[in-house]
Amino acid sequence: MRFTLIVELEDKPGQLLKVIEPISKIGGNVISVVHDRHKVSPLKRVPVEFVIDIDTDKVETLLNRIKESGVHIRSINEVRMLYTESFLLIGHIIHTDLSDTVNRIDETGFAEVVEIHITMPKVNEPSTAIVTISARGKEELSKAREILREICERKDILVIEPLNEESS
Amino acid sequence: MIEIALIGFGTVGRGFTRALIDNRDIIEKKIGKFRVTAICDSKSSITGDFKIDDALKYKLEMGRLPETRNAEEIIELGDFDVLVETTPTDVFSGEPGLSYIKKALASGKDVITSNKGPLVVAYREIMMLAERHDARVGFEATVGGAMPVVKMIRDELAGNRIKRIRGILNGTTNYILSRMEKEKAPYPQILSEAQELGIAEADPSYDVEGVDAGAKLVILANSVFGINVKFDDVDIRGITRITPEAFEIAVEKGYTIRLIAEADENGNLDVSPRLVKLTNPLAVYGTLNAVLIETDLAGEVFVIGRGAGEKETASALISDLVDFYGNGSFH
Repeated sequence: MRFTLIVELEDKPGQLLKVIEPISKIGGNVISVVHDRHKVSPLKRVPVEFVIDIDTDKVETLLNRIKESGVHIRSINEVRMLYTESFLLIGHIIHTDLSDTVNRIDETGFAEVVEIHITMPKVNEPSTAIVTISARGKEELSKAREILREICERKDILVIEPLNEESS
Repeated sequence: MIEIALIGFGTVGRGFTRALIDNRDIIEKKIGKFRVTAICDSKSSITGDFKIDDALKYKLEMGRLPETRNAEEIIELGDFDVLVETTPTDVFSGEPGLSYIKKALASGKDVITSNKGPLVVAYREIMMLAERHDARVGFEATVGGAMPVVKMIRDELAGNRIKRIRGILNGTTNYILSRMEKEKAPYPQILSEAQELGIAEADPSYDVEGVDAGAKLVILANSVFGINVKFDDVDIRGITRITPEAFEIAVEKGYTIRLIAEADENGNLDVSPRLVKLTNPLAVYGTLNAVLIETDLAGEVFVIGRGAGEKETASALISDLVDFYGNGSFH
């Protein structure tokens, strides 16, 4: 997952390392660092904002390491999945293992299925579902779309994609 | 005097001749005097001095024309300036129209066609043949019927870079999808309704499987982007699997479903049912066709019109005739 972490660092050499080192040791990636000297806290600490990309299950370990080194964490918030698109699926959606379809998208880490609404008119007849996928960015959304297409082709499910209204 | 030979005397061919009769004054103001010198159907013909009206009457009464010259012979005789070719479409072989068109172009005659087959199969070949023999090919009628697309992009949007074209190129499927949206009824029921109304054919596969829209897209893409794509290059999915529930869910979210043909400047061609916002201009109803053209200078240009029908197709054929022979000062 990608999240924003704001810490307060003492204004002396070597402080930044206290945050960067654990990130790199645990296997995360620093996307950006903003060092805001104009907003020094009453305790003369400088707020620094990191955007970090790291496996979701490693976040807690990382935060503990940073705290252990004496750094004050001011706030943390996950970057929202910004790009959302809905698809209609028609076919034997349940019989072909719906949870597998959802997992394949969710396990990418950069996109997730945020809504599914299924209508099943009769047993053994094709059902219809609307699936909404959110992704971190445009490119990630297009990768998720590719995954959905590939899964549905294999499972003989018709995907009705939205007409993108942005100009090419 | 412009001399016209007509090959193909079915619905489209007859519609063309009726329009020539009904609008003769308007057409002659644009192109001067014209005469139909030969008409030919699959088994018979009429040549020499005859009235178009008499040929129409003869065909309706007798189911054929009085003479036995075939299309090849008429083209060989060469007693015309322009061949209007309206034989039935076969998008896989292009025949019989393809042979007729090549024969006429090779002898330096202009050709106007409503037949998608030859252009889908051999667009590049036909255009090169025309260029070599200093002849012209008009094919406005093959895409979108009366809706002006081919010449509009060529002339009115000349100087623009065309980035993408998306549209509804098949009226039958648009009718079926519009009705499914309004009635929330299953596909087979709406299909038989369309068949009863004569909107869908007894064998609807050509329309509902997206073949017709795909063929038109190939012609449009080749003509607009100057590329050389074939029918096999189009990714095609039809409308037969769409459920009434799909419309219920879509409409709830502010969408409808339409069969959209899409081509971009990189040669990606796709025909598939898509979720279209109800507020999008492409969410048209009934048998209409519509095309949204994305350009660099003009931005988006939207065209809408009737995609099929006897008179509508005649309108497109005549627009090519006027394009070829019209004198600018008459406009």
